Amino acid sequence: MSRKFTSIETKHYEERDALFAALPKLGRRDFLKVSAAAVAAAAGSGVRFFPTSFQPVTVANAATREPFTFAYVSDSHLYRKDLNDRFVRSILRAVDDVNHLDPKPDFILYGGDLAQLGKREELDLGAEILKNVQQPIRMMVGEHDWFLDMGARWRELFGEPTYSFDHKGVHFVVLMSVNEKDFWTPRGMTPEQRMGTVAGLDNGIQSRFEVGAPQREWLTNDLAKVSADTPVIVFSHSPLYKYYKNWNFWTEDADEVQAILKKFDHVTVIHGHTHQMLTNRIGNIDFHGLLSTAWPWPYAPEGLPKLTVQMSRPDPFNPNDGCGDGSAAVSADGLVDKVYNLWNRNPIEVTSGYLASNGVKSVPAMPNMKSF
Amino acid sequence: MIEHREPIGWKRGRARVAGIVGAGVLLTWSLVGVLNAETPASSAPKSADGGAVTAEQAKAVAERRRVETESPAKDAGAQKLAKGPHGALPVADQIMQIEKLGLTDSGEPPRGIDPLVWQSMVPKDNEPNAARIALGKKLYFDTRLSKDGTLACATCHDVSRSFTDRRPVSEGIADQLGQRNAPTTMNALFFQTQFLDGRAPTLEEQAKLPILNPIEMGQPSPEATIATIKDDAEYQRMFQAAYTRPVNYDDLARAIAAFERTLVFLDAPFDDFVAGDTSAISAKAAQGWILFNGKARCMTCHMLNPSNPLGTDDRFHNVGVSALKQDFEDLAGKALKALHGKEGQEGLEAVDRLALETNLSELGRFLVTKNRSDIGAFKTFQLRNIGITGPYMHDGSMQTLVDVMDNYNKGGETNPFLDGGIEPLALTDTEIENVVEFLNTLTDKRFAAEQRTETARQRAVAAKQRPFRDNALAMRKVLPFEARVMGTKEGAR
Repeated sequence: MSRKFTSIETKHYEERDALFAALPKLGRRDFLKVSAAAVAAAAGSGVRFFPTSFQPVTVANAATREPFTFAYVSDSHLYRKDLNDRFVRSILRAVDDVNHLDPKPDFILYGGDLAQLGKREELDLGAEILKNVQQPIRMMVGEHDWFLDMGARWRELFGEPTYSFDHKGVHFVVLMSVNEKDFWTPRGMTPEQRMGTVAGLDNGIQSRFEVGAPQREWLTNDLAKVSADTPVIVFSHSPLYKYYKNWNFWTEDADEVQAILKKFDHVTVIHGHTHQMLTNRIGNIDFHGLLSTAWPWPYAPEGLPKLTVQMSRPDPFNPNDGCGDGSAAVSADGLVDKVYNLWNRNPIEVTSGYLASNGVKSVPAMPNMKSF
Repeated sequence: MIEHREPIGWKRGRARVAGIVGAGVLLTWSLVGVLNAETPASSAPKSADGGAVTAEQAKAVAERRRVETESPAKDAGAQKLAKGPHGALPVADQIMQIEKLGLTDSGEPPRGIDPLVWQSMVPKDNEPNAARIALGKKLYFDTRLSKDGTLACATCHDVSRSFTDRRPVSEGIADQLGQRNAPTTMNALFFQTQFLDGRAPTLEEQAKLPILNPIEMGQPSPEATIATIKDDAEYQRMFQAAYTRPVNYDDLARAIAAFERTLVFLDAPFDDFVAGDTSAISAKAAQGWILFNGKARCMTCHMLNPSNPLGTDDRFHNVGVSALKQDFEDLAGKALKALHGKEGQEGLEAVDRLALETNLSELGRFLVTKNRSDIGAFKTFQLRNIGITGPYMHDGSMQTLVDVMDNYNKGGETNPFLDGGIEPLALTDTEIENVVEFLNTLTDKRFAAEQRTETARQRAVAAKQRPFRDNALAMRKVLPFEARVMGTKEGAR
């Protein structure tokens, strides 16, 4: 595998080792020197910088594109209403939010995991609620929607989970990134047992998520006709990189998918699944996580991308805290500024400038940890 | 039950923690001129000199007079004393009443408060002593501090009306109405911030503002206020004795604060109950205490325990009361637009400009912090003496504790800024009664007679009207946001 596609986990350990090796020798001034060296090293390793004075002025197609926004609702994990109405209330709140956005977004992305256990009544309830979204909606599938009937009901309701479309000069791709290798047949599992296993965050019996070879081939073909200067935005349920394996915050073939996306100037991956503010940049690809309407996950014990603007510890007395929805503003250049709309908190915007400068410029207003 | 585990610790702990609450004042004083008033100045009638009062206001004033004359409290014989201006008991009578309450006047820590804790609570430049308290008391009851000589602090924080005015919103000079309910000054010393939006960090800072508010006491400036009393030989003597300085505005505020630090009312039947006397409150109230800590979820914001004897988290929450006003979301939208893309000072100024043009009072804490997360959020009221300090909520829009419970039971008024801790509670009428019965046991024993009168009055009102009851929402047959989302499709798809 090419050195350029080292997983984020490996990179994290390399950085950490370097830091710990250097730490004992450091005074404050030395620390600044090391920091500067780290920036230089990052620049040397292929992370791109956009210092204003050197930025190329001509951006192909930019003149023909207009900026727009889309909003998202994700990870609602619906049970039947009479079993648990808390998550139903949350998705209703999110739909109310996106319906009241001003200006109106061009479309709404649903980020996957509409249902909790893939049941027909859960998916139907979700579909009934999402009918009330006033803008066009783009659906993505999550593992909680899939592993009871292997996507049968979801596809009846929403169509095929893998597709692409063009919108205002941007090429959008929606992937089904939560395929798993067959762990159930050898074990003689029922569909309910299979679903229950996948629904367990750290259940080690299941395999890791993957886009899979057939879909990678589809992706290669789909992108073959798209020019390199066209902005590409990819929606995937799981993060298209390797964050934390034990919780399946992970896509097994992430490096291969990133390789397919390498030829483009600007790629943005928007993913669900992790239920937290999450920011990463690998080569030419910006990654943004989505908030869940149901519950926030804590950050994983290791592997957290360093660009992540960490959200505050949720207030346990406020069941909506750490949850929410959000939007993304796509500039004429095809760059994406991501807004996390945390309920009962101030919204936090993670801009493309923040990512492009490797976290040096446009640092978002950090959440106030004391405010809960 | 948990409350019986450490009966003695409660009483001791109560004092200890009260100190921590008081000492933990963190907020910085960042107020802008226009917001000094409880209401943006623009919402005041054109003339603070008593000129243009609208017909609507005049009608409201007349209605208040009528209600107060026919008040059941008077019929019951609890208050037979004549009312003075703005419905307050004349200050001379109030002073007679307060003498009977047994408050400290020496500067010693109030009863039940640990001396060490007390030391940490009081500002270093305003250690209480007899001279300071005496001066503050004189000022608290002095109507000369208002522009037209009709209002003292004690007008809206009236000893005979539970140190508040028992009105939805307060009435200032020239019968002008404010936008917000006057919180009681009882136990106010323990709050981390003052005012319903927390814009004042201390009692000292709080005391300066109503005097200068054009629709409250209406003085044009600190100098003008001082001018009304500086030739009074008594005041000259008392200011010298208290602060060794001539009459001045900062010491005036300090003295009032020193007096307010004597207003400690934490001796209720409930305290005997948690100290082990199970007969101190009724069985219904004891059930209410269990509901308070469980199904009714009250304690998530109204923490009531040895660490928090007041029953408030000192934080700010949108519980949907603002959203009952027609134009709330419209105002919130305007405020957010004004704020958009601006940070720091620029953002503060943008919202302040808007506050001048529009009445943004309902946005609450937002006016102080300019945080979107604070839109429509107001400070959690203390629960001590809550049974006699109605009407309720920041705008006094709820007449009884049953109304308050009805509103929480249905999950508040749904709005985009609603606190996520507010959700439908599925309480039955009996359960609501029990919680209210429990709340009434938090009234200090010195007001037991007033509590009985008020309990009867609120029962009678609630028997006639339950304007905030919505059983479909409370019992989760209809979910919050459901009507907004499923019922109001505008066909944009």
